[in-house]
Amino acid sequence: MKSKAHELIESPEFKKLVRARWIVSFLLLFLLFANYYGFILIIALKKEWIVERIGQFANFGLVAGAGVIVISWALTFIYVLWANRVYDKEVDALKSKLEGGR
Amino acid sequence: MESSLGQPNFISVAFFLIFVLLTLGITYWAAKKTKSSSEFYAAGRSITGFQNGLALSGDFMSAASFLGISGMVALKGYDGIIYAVGWLVGWPALMFLLAEPLRNLGKYTFADVLAFRLKQKPIRIVASIGGILVTITYSIAQIVGSGKLINLMFGLPYELAVVIVGGVMLLYVLFGGMIATTWVQIIKACLLLFGVTILVILSLSVFGFSLENLYGAVESKFGRTALEPGGLFANPVDAVSLGLALMFGLLGLPHILMRFYTVPDAKEARKSVAYATTFIGYFYIIIPIVGFTAAVLIGREQIAGIDKGGNMAAALLAELLGGTPFLGFIAAVAFATILAVVAGLTLAAASTISHDLYFNVFTEGRASEERQVSVARKATIVFSLVSILLGILFKDQNVAFMVGLAFAIAASGNFPALFLSILWRGFSTAGGVWSILVGSISATAFIILSPTVWVDVFKFKEAIFPLKNPAIVSMTLSFIVAFVFSKLFPDMNAKERYESEKVRVYLGVGAE
Repeated sequence: MKSKAHELIESPEFKKLVRARWIVSFLLLFLLFANYYGFILIIALKKEWIVERIGQFANFGLVAGAGVIVISWALTFIYVLWANRVYDKEVDALKSKLEGGR
Repeated sequence: MESSLGQPNFISVAFFLIFVLLTLGITYWAAKKTKSSSEFYAAGRSITGFQNGLALSGDFMSAASFLGISGMVALKGYDGIIYAVGWLVGWPALMFLLAEPLRNLGKYTFADVLAFRLKQKPIRIVASIGGILVTITYSIAQIVGSGKLINLMFGLPYELAVVIVGGVMLLYVLFGGMIATTWVQIIKACLLLFGVTILVILSLSVFGFSLENLYGAVESKFGRTALEPGGLFANPVDAVSLGLALMFGLLGLPHILMRFYTVPDAKEARKSVAYATTFIGYFYIIIPIVGFTAAVLIGREQIAGIDKGGNMAAALLAELLGGTPFLGFIAAVAFATILAVVAGLTLAAASTISHDLYFNVFTEGRASEERQVSVARKATIVFSLVSILLGILFKDQNVAFMVGLAFAIAASGNFPALFLSILWRGFSTAGGVWSILVGSISATAFIILSPTVWVDVFKFKEAIFPLKNPAIVSMTLSFIVAFVFSKLFPDMNAKERYESEKVRVYLGVGAE
C-alpha cells in the first residue's frame, strides 16, 4: 500500500488534482480579498464614493455592505459547485486506483 | 416609552426555563450515548452537513453579534454595518483553505493536524497553550457580557447570573459532551434566526415594508451622517489589520475548528461551511434593519441611557413592537445564545486538555477510552470553575478588548502554523513551535501596548504600539518566524511524512 501511495503521489493525475485544488482556492481567496479589503479601503480612502446616493435616501455604501456579504456567499457556493462537479469525481477516480483504498 | 426591562417578568423566565429544560432533556438523551471519546469530543461523527452548518452558526453568532451589532448600528449608524461585514468574510476563507484538510487530517482538536507529521510532544504542548489562551479570553468576555445582560434584562444579581450560566453549561458538556453541545447550538441558532426574522418583519411593517422609508426616517432624525461611515476606519492600516484579525481569527478558533470532526467526511465538512455562511450572511444582512429601526422608534438617548454600549437596542425594540411576551422571547434567546457559545468554548478547552495534553503528551497515547473520557469530564469541571471565577473577578472591566485579543491570538498564533503544515513540505517542528509562540505572545503584547489597553484601561497618555489591532504585524511575524526556524532546523521526518499526509489531505484516505 505504501509504495502504491508513493506512486500515486508522483502520478501526473494526482499532481494535477492538487494544483487545480489550490488554483481554485487561491483564485477565490483573491476575489474574496478584492471584495472585502476593496470595500474597507474605499471607506478609508475614497469615502465620497460610498456616500453618493443611488435612491432618494439610500446611498451606495448601504448597498455595498450587503453586496460584500452576498458576493462572499456566492464565492463559497462557487467553490462547492466546483468541488462537487470536478474535484470529488477526480478524487473517486484516483482512490479506485489506490491499492487497498476504499 | 416605559420599559419593563430589568424586572424579572414572568414570560421571559418561562421562555428561558422551557429552553433550559428542553436542552437538558437532550443532554439526558445524549448522556446515554456518550461513552467513547469519539462520542464525547466529536458526537461519534454522526452530525450531517446541514446540522453542523446550523451548529457552526450557533457557535459563531454570539451575543456580541446579535445585541452588539444591532446596538452599534442604532448608536453609530453605518459603522455598525462595516463591522457586521467583517464578521462574515472569514467563512469563505475557512472553506477555501482549511475545511476539507482539517476534516481529513484531524481527530478531535486542531493540534491533531499539526501533530500529524511534526513531533507530537512539543507541538501539542504549544498548540494547547495557543488554544487555551483563545478559549479562556473568549469565554471571559462572553461570561462578563452575560452577567451584565441578565442583570439588565431580568434584574438578577450579576454573580448569580454568572453562576447560572456556568452551571447549566457545565451540565451540557459534562454529561452530553459534543452530542448535547451540538444540539444546544442547533436549537439556539434556529431560535435566534427566527427571533431576528420576526423582529425585522415587525420593524419593516412600521415603514410600509420599504427600506427607502426607513433610511428616510433615519436621515430626518439623525441627519445624513447616520447613513455614512464615521470614524471607525479613519486609519486604513488599522482597518485592514482589524479585517485580517476578523477573517483569519475564525480560522484559528478552537471551538469552531473542532466542529469539523463531528461530520463523517470532507464532503459534509464542505456542506457545513456552505450552510453556515448562508445562515450567518442572512443574519448580518438583516441585523442592521433592527439597529436603524430601534434608533428611529426609541431614540439614541434612551438606548444609551439603559446601556452605554447600546446592547439593549434589540430588546427595547422587541418590547415596543411585540410587547412584553416578545421581549421575553428575545431576552430568552439572548440568554440561550451566551449559554450555548460558552458551552462550545468549554468543550474545546476540555478536549485540548484531555486529548492533547493528557492523552498524547502525558501518557503518550496509552490511556484507555474510559480514562480519557473521565479526564475530559474533570477538565470540563476545572475549566468551568476557572471561567466562572474569572468572570466574577472581571466584573467591572471593559472586556471588549478580550474578544479582540482572542481573535488576534487565533489569527497570529494558531492560523499560520495550521496553514503551513497543510501546504508547505518544508515546515518543521521548530518552525511550528516558534510560530505559535511568537504569534500568540506578540499579539498579546501588542494589544496591551495598544491604545485599547494602554490608553483606555491603563490611562497612559500615548500608546506605545500605534494600531488598535495588531494582527497585521503579529501575523506577519508569525509567518516569518515559521519560515526562518523551518529553514534553520529542518525536520527530515516531517518531510517524509508529508507524503502520507498528502494522500489523506486530498483523497481523505485513512481519515477517521
